Amino acid sequence: MAAAVLTIRSLTGVEMTLPVAGPGMRSYAFLIDWQIRLLGALAVLLIVVLLRLVPGLPKPLAAHLLTGGVIVALLIYLLYQPIAEIVTRGRTPGLRSAGARIVTLEGTTPGIGPLLARNIFRLIDALPLCYVVGLITCMLTERHVRLGDIVAGTVMVCAAEEAGGPLDRLARHAQHSALPPEFAELVHDLLERFDSLAPAQRTALALTVLRKVDPQFDASGTPPEERELRARLEALLGRTERS
Amino acid sequence: MGVQNDPEAAVWVRQHAPQWQRLAAATAAAARRTHPSVEQALQTLAAYRTLARHLATVRSLLPGSLPAAALERTCAQLHTAVNRPARFGRAGWMRMLREDVPAAAAAVRGTALWLAMLLAVTTFAGWWLVSRHPELVSLIASPQMIDGVEHGHLWTYQILTLGPPALLSARIFSNNVMVTLGAFCFGTLFGLGAFYMIAFNGLMLGGLLAFTHQHGLGLGLLKFTLAHGPVELSVMCLAAAAGTALGEALIRPGELSRGAALRRRAAQLGPLLLACALLLLGSGLIEGSVSPRPQISIPVRLGIGLGYWTLMMAWLSGRLFPRTRRPVNG
Repeated sequence: MAAAVLTIRSLTGVEMTLPVAGPGMRSYAFLIDWQIRLLGALAVLLIVVLLRLVPGLPKPLAAHLLTGGVIVALLIYLLYQPIAEIVTRGRTPGLRSAGARIVTLEGTTPGIGPLLARNIFRLIDALPLCYVVGLITCMLTERHVRLGDIVAGTVMVCAAEEAGGPLDRLARHAQHSALPPEFAELVHDLLERFDSLAPAQRTALALTVLRKVDPQFDASGTPPEERELRARLEALLGRTERS
Repeated sequence: MGVQNDPEAAVWVRQHAPQWQRLAAATAAAARRTHPSVEQALQTLAAYRTLARHLATVRSLLPGSLPAAALERTCAQLHTAVNRPARFGRAGWMRMLREDVPAAAAAVRGTALWLAMLLAVTTFAGWWLVSRHPELVSLIASPQMIDGVEHGHLWTYQILTLGPPALLSARIFSNNVMVTLGAFCFGTLFGLGAFYMIAFNGLMLGGLLAFTHQHGLGLGLLKFTLAHGPVELSVMCLAAAAGTALGEALIRPGELSRGAALRRRAAQLGPLLLACALLLLGSGLIEGSVSPRPQISIPVRLGIGLGYWTLMMAWLSGRLFPRTRRPVNG
């Protein structure tokens, strides 16, 4: 199945596409935000409980402290999501760590109205429990949106890269590396994932890539050590001087 | 086609690389900036145009290539950064209070009146049903409530024992907001959800009034609801009317698609919902601190209830915050 994309038309008339975040990414972002608001609310309650343990605290003050603490904790828990979305303009900590952001159907930054609307409709999306309605709607719709997004006209798109990141990388490769951009990207991706790959796998991949893109690499002799392979790959990108 | 197969394209890419690095930096800065100066905004727009132009060129020179993908992603990022709504400051809030809320209220006035009538009819129906079949009260009241009323105690005056007034008000407010938001959101079920919530609440209200009346406590319940009830019930009708309007957008979308009609209606009615929440905040405070106190007399309660309701009507009709006259140029 082809990945869902949001096609947007810029003011200049040039069309662009943004990859749409799927149910997995959405759930991950939600869970991170949920943990933050839960921990925030619990932290407030913990502070209140500790303050009430202070010896000699007048009883009325202790009662007010508890009331205030419960109200603040409730406010944090209930209002974190809409306020965080409004303040961060659709990039809450959860969304940021999941590599996603909320945009309008036109690919623009959403305003307060749509962000509030999508949060109000959590009432239905959360039914009957654990966001079952939201998840089902998300799986069934073309752009993986829940009911709140449909009403608000918002979409969650993938935004893992820093703004300007892909173009900056391309420009640096083009300037400092003799490699064509496609190969440069290949080498870059391999280096990005180098440490997460199994040692045998990364050595094999590095050798394959070097044989293909580096004419000076001697493929017939004994394969160099892993550290040397990495240095060669980095040198190809112009990051370090070739040894 | 890749760059490696086209030496001229590779040269073109290399030639533009320094400029792209500057554009990438401009994109990153634009995404971070919250209050750009006019000069910075103009520079960002120039960068946006340049990126779009380069994207179009690369797409024709090197379709499906890595430079095209990188330019597209950066252009999309800058598109999101450039197209963002203005800061919603004091002027925005004032416009919403003065213009958007009354406009939204006017848009649903007719439906709200019909729903108020539905509430009245179902209240009478609830009264009649429980008067005729007293056993039906078990459907709308808990055994403790029923037991208390049968022993001559109204549960409403015991709620102060549940916690301090502030906490009580917060609980009442959150409960009312949930009911109101529910009436709005369930309107998307082609308006049926909103009808159901109004009818159910009407039946419950009528049934409880009849039940308490049977045990000589009807006046007590009425006295309890006098101060907060008018606004609370009106807000419920308004929210349900807004929900019905959402349902109507789905049923009769006009020339728009159903999704677009729903989005437009939700955006139009959003300020009304915010007004409802603010009104319920006041209502919750009254219900938590005034209504449960038996020492407050009926005229005072009536004064508070009618005064608050009049204030609400003045706001929703646009008389509380008169519109500012905008100067006409030329």
